[in-house]
Amino acid sequence: MLEQAWQFLVSHPAQFAAALGVHVALSAAALAIAAGIAIPTGIYAAHRPRAAFAAINVANVGRTLPSLAVLALVMPLLGTGFLPSLFALSLLALPPIMLNTLVGIRGIDPEIVDAARGMGMTTRGILAKIEWPLALPVIFAGLRTAAIQVISGAVLAAFIGGGGLGDFITAGIAMMAVPQLLVGAIPVTLLALGADYAFGALQRRITPRGLRPA
Amino acid sequence: MRPTPERKQPMIDIEHLSKRFAESGTPAVDDLSLSIGEGEICVLIGPSGCGKTTTMRMINRMIEPDSGTIRIAGRDVTHIDAVELRRSVGYVIQQVGLFPHMTIAENVATVPQLLGWDAARIASRVDALLAQVDMDPGRYRDRYPRELSGGQKQRVGVARALAADPPVMLMDEPFGALDPITRAALQDEFLRLLYELRKTIVFVTHDIDEALKMGTRIAILRAGRLVQFDRPEAILAHPVNAFVETFVGNDRALKRLGLLTVGRFAVAGQPPAGAPVVAVDSDLRDALSALLAASVDMAAVIDGAGANRGVITLRAIRAALAEPPAHVRQ
Repeated sequence: MLEQAWQFLVSHPAQFAAALGVHVALSAAALAIAAGIAIPTGIYAAHRPRAAFAAINVANVGRTLPSLAVLALVMPLLGTGFLPSLFALSLLALPPIMLNTLVGIRGIDPEIVDAARGMGMTTRGILAKIEWPLALPVIFAGLRTAAIQVISGAVLAAFIGGGGLGDFITAGIAMMAVPQLLVGAIPVTLLALGADYAFGALQRRITPRGLRPA
Repeated sequence: MRPTPERKQPMIDIEHLSKRFAESGTPAVDDLSLSIGEGEICVLIGPSGCGKTTTMRMINRMIEPDSGTIRIAGRDVTHIDAVELRRSVGYVIQQVGLFPHMTIAENVATVPQLLGWDAARIASRVDALLAQVDMDPGRYRDRYPRELSGGQKQRVGVARALAADPPVMLMDEPFGALDPITRAALQDEFLRLLYELRKTIVFVTHDIDEALKMGTRIAILRAGRLVQFDRPEAILAHPVNAFVETFVGNDRALKRLGLLTVGRFAVAGQPPAGAPVVAVDSDLRDALSALLAASVDMAAVIDGAGANRGVITLRAIRAALAEPPAHVRQ
């Protein structure tokens, strides 16, 4: 069966490359957009108890929504294609990044921030020199979770015409063609594993030396 | 001997200071006035919730007062930018609050960095400060906080507060989290260092023994109000009310003896054979203990070289307690 899957892949190289490209582009763009929104929101909410409460609750609701439901909800509003898929996937990636940013900053020992303030650091200085570096490993853990969710969630983009490796899977299911299905499923799995590994390695690298386990 | 507080222009002048936190009905600090001379170590002490920490934190505007004024060297702190003010006042807290992602050198360099000193000046200042708090710069400069013991962390905390040579330092229970032996050693060491540097210090603690040891004057607070503000000896000799009496403890006579050195009360005389021996620079409390242990009323006094410096007697110790302490009132 793997043999047949391989046969399918080599006989449709352009189709596979295009699908892979769309899948990676969709995932990367969704992750970037989500990070661009979720990190500043998380930082903002971290210093405001009421905003934090609201943000945590909204994010938790967001987290429980099934990916397919998000895509289904987007379709009647934005139609089909790449952009609606991108929108839905960005939405999916928001909660883990935002929550981790919030928790990463709020988890810093208040004595550390008190000492910094008491020595005359400005609010912005404390954010740049104390809170950001100390929260960064936790924020990266959020990006890691979001990346895996987005890569696997992007499979569903095929349902609303977003393209990507999900095309092979949906076609494979529709035609009961398991080899074709595997041409989509195996690369998606490898992509997710690769992203997990890469973000893990990055997370260790950006952890300040003073915080790394001895 | 601790230097006598000088009665000149106060370094820190607190007038009619009040603060009420919205959540609670009672004021945290209630019309508090306090004048602290240059080079003094003023200890703020009292039971939990008496307003000691709130008072200290209003000095560098970590908390803004509702009313009243605080002047440092004549300048009203509310007329100084809060950030600028804090850079000019040393700040040491109980949990130290070292930055875990920065090296010891980077931690100590915090305020000089903020003030924009050049790298060479910062590096030499950091090394000098580490040496001053008895931390070998070559060994510790590039270490991280998690590699240090509690006592070492607080040494770094004090070095960090001293970095830009602030005339005023605020210390909130700086030795509170340490074991008794480390605490006593650091108290002795920092007492010496801070006198040497002529810093004016506001020191918050809830430990009366620490207050008696560290303070040139002690301000006893209760429910946000100043109950008594005086030299340690005077507070022990003349507690103004039952609250202070209870607060300083039933052994206040013994505590007072602990503040007096044998040398001041030794009299000429020949000790009898077999009399206990006390050092001239020890305190009367130790001398009394030696007399009681030996069931005698006279002990030989010797100096560091072992030379005879007269005798100390039970009668002299009793007389020392009867002597009115130098009474410095506000």
